[in-house]
This record gives sequence, C-alpha cells and structure tokens, in this order.
Amino acid sequence: MSRIPEFKEPGDVAARLEQTGYLVDDGLAIACFLALRLHRPLFCEGDAGVGKTALAAALAEALGAPLIRLQCHEGIDASQALYDWDFPRQLLRLRAAEAAGAVDADRLEGELYDRRFLVARPLLRALETWPSVLLIDEIDRADDEFEAFLLELLSEFSVTIPELGTVRAEIPPVVVLTSNRTREVHDALKRRCLYHWFDHPGFARELAIVRRRLPGVSARLAEQVTALVQVLRSEDLLKPPGVAETIDWAEALDALGASEVDPELAVATLGSVLKYREDAERARGSLVAALREG
Amino acid sequence: MAGAERADAVLLAFARALRGAGVDASAERVHTFLRAVAELGPARTYWAGRLTLCGSRDDLERYDRVFAARFGGEPGERRMPAPGLRISVRETRAGPRTRAHDEPGAPSGAALASSAEVLRHRDIADLDTAERAALRRLLAVFALHGQVRRTARRRPARRGTVDPRRTVRELLRQGGEPARPRYRERSVRPRRVVLLVDVSGSMAPYADALLRFAHAAARGTRGPRTDVFTIATRLTRVTRELSHRDPDRAMAALAAAVPDWRGGTRLGELLREFLNRWGQRGTARGAVVVVLSDGWERGDPELLAAQMRRLHRLAHRVIWANPRKARPGYAPLAAGMAAALPSVDAFVEGHSLAALERLAAVVKGADDA
Repeated sequence: MSRIPEFKEPGDVAARLEQTGYLVDDGLAIACFLALRLHRPLFCEGDAGVGKTALAAALAEALGAPLIRLQCHEGIDASQALYDWDFPRQLLRLRAAEAAGAVDADRLEGELYDRRFLVARPLLRALETWPSVLLIDEIDRADDEFEAFLLELLSEFSVTIPELGTVRAEIPPVVVLTSNRTREVHDALKRRCLYHWFDHPGFARELAIVRRRLPGVSARLAEQVTALVQVLRSEDLLKPPGVAETIDWAEALDALGASEVDPELAVATLGSVLKYREDAERARGSLVAALREG
Repeated sequence: MAGAERADAVLLAFARALRGAGVDASAERVHTFLRAVAELGPARTYWAGRLTLCGSRDDLERYDRVFAARFGGEPGERRMPAPGLRISVRETRAGPRTRAHDEPGAPSGAALASSAEVLRHRDIADLDTAERAALRRLLAVFALHGQVRRTARRRPARRGTVDPRRTVRELLRQGGEPARPRYRERSVRPRRVVLLVDVSGSMAPYADALLRFAHAAARGTRGPRTDVFTIATRLTRVTRELSHRDPDRAMAALAAAVPDWRGGTRLGELLREFLNRWGQRGTARGAVVVVLSDGWERGDPELLAAQMRRLHRLAHRVIWANPRKARPGYAPLAAGMAAALPSVDAFVEGHSLAALERLAAVVKGADDA
C-alpha cells in the first residue's frame, strides 16, 4: 500500500501540484490542503473550462493515487455508481453447480452472492482503494435522489451491501465534486464539503498555465493568445472562454505554424475559443482592434 | 486556555454576523470552520471561513463584506430592504383592523366563500382589500407541474422492453429454470418550470398576486423545483426566499431581496442576463418557461426579440401570461410584446384566478392556448 505524502502546509500542496503542471492560487492551495487534512470532500463550482475537473486529475498525480471518476448524468442510480451483481456469471456458476450435482441450496446461494460476483462501480472502488482521488463530475446533472444517496455515502464513507455486509473506507478517499451550476445543489450536500469558487485566472497566472501546458509554443504567441482571451472575457459574451479554450486556441495557432497572431489568423481560428455564432460576430471587431493596438 | 477561548468567541461572533447577512453558516459548518482555523492558523482565517462557511457564489460577496467589517476595512453598509413591497406585505397583516373604516360593508367569511366563483373571474387589479385577502387564500393551494418528459431512468413495468437484470435475478431464484421475462420502461418526470415575474411599476396591481401564485407554485411541486425570478430594473432570483412555507413570511423575505420593486422594465436586457447567468447553463434548458409580464418594454424591442428567440431555442416551451390581455380591445401593440410574440408558444391571460388556473393547465401541457 502506497502512502500519500504528508503536507505540513498549503504551500507544500501547491508545490506538489505545480510539479504536475497544475498551477494553483492561494485559495485553491488552502482548499486542497484542508480537504486532505480534514478528510472533507472539495466542492468545486465555476464556469466550464476553468480547471475543476483538471484539479482532480492533478491531485491524483500529485498524491500518486489512482483517479476514480464518476460522471453524473440524469437518472444515474446506485447500480451505476456503487455496485452491481454480475448476473451472467452468477447464472453460469449456478448451471455449473447443477451439472456437478450440487444440491445444498443454501450453500449455493451463499456462493452466488460472493464478492467475486460483485461488480464494483466507481464509488465502491474508491471506498476500497486508499489512497485514491474520487472525482464526482458534474453533480448538478444528477437528480435529487442521487444527491441524497451521495450525502449518506460522503458522511459515513461506508456502504451496506445486503448480501455481503458493510464496506467501510478505513481512510476516506480524497473527494472532488464539480458543478457547472446548471441547477442549485442541495445545501445538505454542500454542508458536508469545502466550497471553492473557481474564477477565471488573471493574465499572469493564465499565461503561466499556457506556458506550462504547451512548452513548445512560442512565448510571443502564448502571451498574445492569453491577452486576447482576457479581452474576450471582458466582452459581454454568451459563453466566455475558459482556460481550456485558451490552451486550445494557442495549440490550434501553433499547429498552423504561427509564432505570432495576426488579425486574419485570429479570426480564422476563432472557432476554437468561441462556441456561439453570436459571440464570434460580436468579438471579431474588438479582436482586430486589440491586435492592431498591441 | 483563556486565550484560545477568546479567539473562538471572536470566530463564533463572526459566524453569527454572517448568518445575519444571509449566509447559511450552520452549526456543522461553524464546527468545520473552527477545525480549519486550527489547522491553518489565524493568519489564514479568511480562507478557512470562506471554504467552510460559504455554500454558493452569492455567499462569497456577503462573506467578503462581513469579513471586511469584522477584521479590517470599513464597517459594512447596512442593507435596507426595499420599502415598496413591504407596504404590500403589511396590507395583509393590518387587514382586519383597517377594514372597519376602509370598507364599512366588508363581506363576511361565508359570503366570501360563496363569492369565490365570482372572484375567480374578476380582474385582480379591480379587487378591494378584502377580496384580495380572499384571493390570497385561494392562491395558496396552487401547485404547478411542468409537462412530463421521459427520463433516462427505467423502472419496472408491465410492458416495455425486457429488463435483463430483473429477469436474470428471477432466473437465479428459480434455480436457473427459464422464468417469465421481466419488463421495464422509461419513467416520466415533470419538466422544470421557470417563472419570470415582472414586478415593475406597470405591473404593480398584479405583482402581489402573481408572486403569491409563484410562491404556491414553487412550494407545491414534487420533483424538480420551480425556479422563480423577478424582473424590473434588475434580475433577482427569489427561489430561496419563496421556500418559506408561510406565504406572508415568504413575501417579507422576498421584499427584502428584491431591490427594484416598481421600477421601470428593461425586459430585453434582463432576459439576456437571465439567459447568461442561469438559463443557458441549464435552468431554461428543456424547461417550461413562463414570463408573467405586460410586455411594457422601456428598452430596445429588437434586443428583447433576439433574447426571446434565444430563450425559445433553449426552453421546451415558452409561455407568456399577460394580465392586460383580457382587457377589452387589447391588442399586443406594446413594442416589447409585439417583439416577443413570435417566440412564444402560448400567449395567455394572467389577470384573474381563473386565468392563473388556466395558466397552470397550459404549463402542464394539458391545454393549448
């Protein structure tokens, strides 16, 4: 069993995350530190593309732990999230036992509901794996019943399987929940968690992130792209670009062999940053203006 | 240790001040807060509190204000509730006392009950105080359910597609003998309902009744919650305020939250704000969206038209309820209304209890206007 590194203070977490290429500010470093120290789930909210999901991956890498991901969707239930029985294999076992002439019905039933016929889904896997980082992605997409179910699981870090008994995590996994705020998540669930709001990063940090993620891209290009995205975010857009889009854009321009952005190229590749026709139309003018100035 | 206790007392007082400012800093949260401060040291109290005591983005702004007031910076300004709506709330409370000299011939309770049928069709704007009180009681029993939709979840059913899991479970129970197949089908849920209630000056005679309708509608639903927003000069989400069970307390909370009661209307701009902040992300997606407004637009009708088109693309259905529609000789001539109509699936009245009942039916999809 591997051990996770001991962090004495938030700066250590930040340094460790930085080694994986994920740059955090003070607040997020403290949030991660507390989540590890207090064994509390970290509830991450913010616009799409600001690095909520990436944080979980970075944490997993920094801790040297596997990332176990549960993508939420409407109608998700316990058998998809927690565990399920492997019915076809149980049936085969039953047939085999019959062919061999086994008659002890009780023993047979006990065998059929053995641990090896249990299919562990992400949540159960996370309870059984230490260390591990459990990412519960886009919790706002699941429905209320599932939230209530999670609430129980996240406060006890244990689950009872009727045929097998209780599975309890000796040490709770590191849990990251993300929400895009398509609806309000229930207070009872949030109360169990540390709450962190993700803002778009400022110019310096965003530039550092781009440089970090795309070391091959020219410095001038990275700077220009970051500055342009910052301009775009100040516009009144339907969907302001996130850090993910900044990286996409720089990557797209780099793939076209550009080491510098000119208005023509910027407009041609705008599709990797802005995902609505209205936004593209609105932004075109200000982009060209910004490029002329800078 | 006296020092540590005093430090805790300061933190507890801070948490109490936060609660006063509207942040849900429950005992459980405060406990975590104290543990967090112990882990981080007092120098990082700001983040310790922000991470443990806040639960939404709206909380953050309140948190910053209270924190600055307690631990540095200027004392936070006291927020005054908007005066306008409070008057309308007090009207209920003071009802029995003022009635005596206001209207000498106020009808008795029994008479009110028998006149309920008449009341159903009366224009809300023409009602007197007693009739309004009766209307409020009638409105309190409303429940609003969105049209149903099929979900991704399946549930056992008598017919439908074969449910492999339950069928095999049945097989196991029978010792592997072929059993009757079990079936499942998609379950249905009501769609989310979003109410946008215009509380601007021109809607003043209706706003109180419409908000009470919204309160009853938001309280009565099972499944996805009905979201309620008020629009006038600003957009305010009042779903949380309306979650009080008691209508009068809900209205008081709402009065404190809505800053622009009886201002002018900039429907287009506010609709854009709604779509940017909430609608686009999912609140309006696949929902039944009801705009309760007279369509009196002070701003640019072209902007309103564009935003209505956007809303129409996102929502399952867009319903517009206009209290003025029932007036004799009404034609949607107000520039805003005319601009919005092409993107509206159902255009209904909203001036009386009967009209609101009908609106509820239209929301449910039972009735087409």
